[in-house]
Amino acid sequence: MGLAKRIIPCLDVENGRVVKGVNFVDIRDAGDPVEIAIRYNEQGADEITFLDITASHEGRDTTVHTVEKIAEEVFIPLTVGGGIRTVEDIRTMLNAGADKVSINTAAIHNPELVRESAERFGSQCIVVAIDAKRVDDVDGSPRWEIFTHGGRKPTGIDAVGWAVRMAQLGAGEILLTSMDRDGTKNGFELGVTRAITDAVEIPVIASGGVGNLDHLVEGITIGGADAVLAASIFHFGEYTVPQAKAYMAERGIEVRL
Amino acid sequence: MSGVVAVIDYGMGNLHSVASALAHVGADEVLVTHDAELIRQADRVVFPGVGAIRDCMAEIRWLKCDQLLTDALVAQHKPVLAICVGMQALMSHSQENGGVACLDIVPGEVRYFGNPLVDADGERLKVPHMGWNEVRQVMDHPLWRGIPDMTRFYFVHSYYVDAVQRDLLAGAVQYGVSADAALARDNLFAVQFHPEKSHTAGLQLLRNFLEWNGQC
Repeated sequence: MGLAKRIIPCLDVENGRVVKGVNFVDIRDAGDPVEIAIRYNEQGADEITFLDITASHEGRDTTVHTVEKIAEEVFIPLTVGGGIRTVEDIRTMLNAGADKVSINTAAIHNPELVRESAERFGSQCIVVAIDAKRVDDVDGSPRWEIFTHGGRKPTGIDAVGWAVRMAQLGAGEILLTSMDRDGTKNGFELGVTRAITDAVEIPVIASGGVGNLDHLVEGITIGGADAVLAASIFHFGEYTVPQAKAYMAERGIEVRL
Repeated sequence: MSGVVAVIDYGMGNLHSVASALAHVGADEVLVTHDAELIRQADRVVFPGVGAIRDCMAEIRWLKCDQLLTDALVAQHKPVLAICVGMQALMSHSQENGGVACLDIVPGEVRYFGNPLVDADGERLKVPHMGWNEVRQVMDHPLWRGIPDMTRFYFVHSYYVDAVQRDLLAGAVQYGVSADAALARDNLFAVQFHPEKSHTAGLQLLRNFLEWNGQC
């Protein structure tokens, strides 16, 4: 026995409201991120990730306020991502009660942000999010490239090499999302998950494409991920966190029950 | 009655979680402060810590938190709870940042987990040690009350404590090596994990701390 693999429900939040919809029985307000975070906490989620997709500046004040309210009620680790561009943004979220901050596009424009923030706040709170898409080489061997703008804009950056570089700069964890799979419910892109988990010494969270509990299992057993992140299978009550954990435990995966 | 709990703030980031968890489990009053007088008047002291040890030690010394801590522990004999880097700062020395002298309140070394780190089956282990791991309760202690042995707590660290006096060990965690997860000496309890992030078990430990009279 040892360290448990983590299950992380993810909330997509816009202007202080969960947007992908959450369908719990007996929840008063399906859009309130605080109420939903409390529910996942009660279910035994190992962490919660809060992804802010708010575009406007005014909306971001709402986000800070929401993070503060979650941190007052939920006593498991909370990661906040989306729109983090500067050291000041990171400080704001940490002061609001986030335990970790996820940096995505800003790391591509300015990799030094990762080094600077890891030195300032510690690697343990710096997560680098990587959105990868499969772009095979001419000889057909698999390769994954980083895309921005929701998977529309290629960067030419190799995802595996980037993960290694981010770890060297001080990232404490990688949040890997497959843009080919996100929203498809066809399961994680296991090739890139395995390639990155093998390449870096820091923990990797697999994300994008979970449609059933076998997908969570595969992310860990085949992909080698340290944690699995999912949104819709939990939001719509298809599965609860305890069901997912029981299923994984039956298949020999160590989880916190 | 918990009385006033002072969370020592030496400027190293988010103490919000610790303070709100203490308030959640019924602390009468929680002060996040480095004001010497307020800490001296408090009934209990929490010594947290995040980030790199070199910066932590610099701030601790600059704000004279080392003296405040010694006063609370020895002169005033108040219950003190050290958390994560707070625990590491109590030791003699840390290997982090190329080697840093620490407070030497508890003799011992803070060691790197090592690279590569492997488990008993030869499987590679990631560093930092991040997530929920089982804590073996090595001694009976009021702070373990109501918490079953081998309960999982949330850890996040790349360096681990190895205290010289093994009879101080209150809890151990296995991660490639056997690391000190909790140490207890008189009115001091120190934990490597984050009780404020460890859900019901962590809140129970904090509740126990608020009720603790500082005796083992």
